[in-house]
Amino acid sequence: MLLDNLDPLLRALGTTLVVLLVSAAGSLLLGILVTVARVSPVPVLRAAAFGYVQLFVNVPLLALLLLAVFALPDAGLVMPLTTTVIVVLVVYEAAYVAEAVRSGVNSVPPGQVEAARALGFTLTQVLRLVIVPQALRTVVQPLGNVMIALLMNTALAATVGVVELTSAVNKVNLVEAQPIPIFAAAGLVYMAIALAIGLAAGRIEKKVAISR
Amino acid sequence: MSTATPSAKAIAKPPAKAVRRSHSSSFLYDEPGPRARRRIRLASVLSVLALLGLLAAALAQFASRGQLDADRWTPFAQWAIWNYLIVGLWGTVKAAAVVAVIASAAGVVLALARLSHQRPVRWVATAWIEIARTLPVLLLIYLMLFGLPAYGINLPLLWKLAMPLAIANSAVVAEIVRAGILSLPRGQAEAGASLGMTRWQVMRHVELPQALRTVTPSLVTQLVSLLKDTSLGYVVAYTELLYRAQVLSAYNRLLIQTFLVVALVYFVCNGSLSYLASRLRVRAGHRSAAGELETTRG
Repeated sequence: MLLDNLDPLLRALGTTLVVLLVSAAGSLLLGILVTVARVSPVPVLRAAAFGYVQLFVNVPLLALLLLAVFALPDAGLVMPLTTTVIVVLVVYEAAYVAEAVRSGVNSVPPGQVEAARALGFTLTQVLRLVIVPQALRTVVQPLGNVMIALLMNTALAATVGVVELTSAVNKVNLVEAQPIPIFAAAGLVYMAIALAIGLAAGRIEKKVAISR
Repeated sequence: MSTATPSAKAIAKPPAKAVRRSHSSSFLYDEPGPRARRRIRLASVLSVLALLGLLAAALAQFASRGQLDADRWTPFAQWAIWNYLIVGLWGTVKAAAVVAVIASAAGVVLALARLSHQRPVRWVATAWIEIARTLPVLLLIYLMLFGLPAYGINLPLLWKLAMPLAIANSAVVAEIVRAGILSLPRGQAEAGASLGMTRWQVMRHVELPQALRTVTPSLVTQLVSLLKDTSLGYVVAYTELLYRAQVLSAYNRLLIQTFLVVALVYFVCNGSLSYLASRLRVRAGHRSAAGELETTRG
């Protein structure tokens, strides 16, 4: 019965993957920017980045999704549904990316920064050439975990009406009434994607890891 | 020994000038000189202006749709609305407590099982943890809601929310506890073994108590994530904060206001827990430093 519904299921899987990839790229980019703001010498930016992380780490993603999808249109802020979900996922996961990258920044030995400063690097150069590349290299595995969490969070898109894998599987089950095989199949797909992310993170880490 | 180590630490500390900033990344830049201070001031002013501009744009957008009108916010000064939401908050706390108890117990057992020398036990625990870590909770909830009733399994609402969360969180707790046990120095287990303790006795009396103490901050952080996840009660129509918010907003039509207020409630509750976790982390840092002193002394 899975084969009968292969077409809608594959399309839903495609939606899950698109949401995953776009929000992964967006949250990595935004998360790095937030980290940079968080370690900058400008107190206002540091405070703003701190507030940003605290806000999104402490408010449930589902509450943010409902706010963005159902409430914000009342204020005239309307976007296509999937775009809205991606935007919410990006700003939410960026907070976790920022936390992970910051722990990487803290792992860069001060001597390196002092050496860079001794060579006359400006702060921007220190960040761009010394800190951020090393920070990213040390947090590949934690970032992989954030991306797996993001994968699981894409399922929440179902609650606001995006037809992604979880929602499509549920629909198929409502027709076929074969919950165990149908949900197990979906579970296997999620596990396979998570495994792929984990393996990719492992491969990347092996390539770029800095042994300290 | 105990006096020598702190002074060595004091030497290793960055110079007092940099510490004055009391910011962890202060080593990134020198104490700013007059020009740098001017630049920082300029950047501060510019970022304040940018942030204010963003806020003003948002407020203007809200105002243009009448979302800032007083009569849309004054209802939230009424006790009746808060009373309604507090019942939801109580449901959130109840669900989180149930899940926390089950997940902690199961998590400790799973962690011990994954560290077991018995292969089948280890395999089962590993499989459980790896599966539970990579399944979306919502998928499990849909299975509970729409799948299992077909087989005559129809749990009460609280459990339709709590079971999936307990499954997911048991795996996370197990990994946290396991990391704590693995981080203990080898000598701890060796000392226990040299006293003639069995492996299980060493685990129960020596390793587990220490591991649990060191991972307490991570467990509190996990509690924040758990409290957030109870918002999935919205999906199963279990009376928790977000579900109540949804019902309330359907009644009073104040969607933006209701969801913002509820997000604020979550923020305050979870923010206090996060703060507690960070305080515990700082204290644990001091304690583990003190612990190192004690072990080196022996």
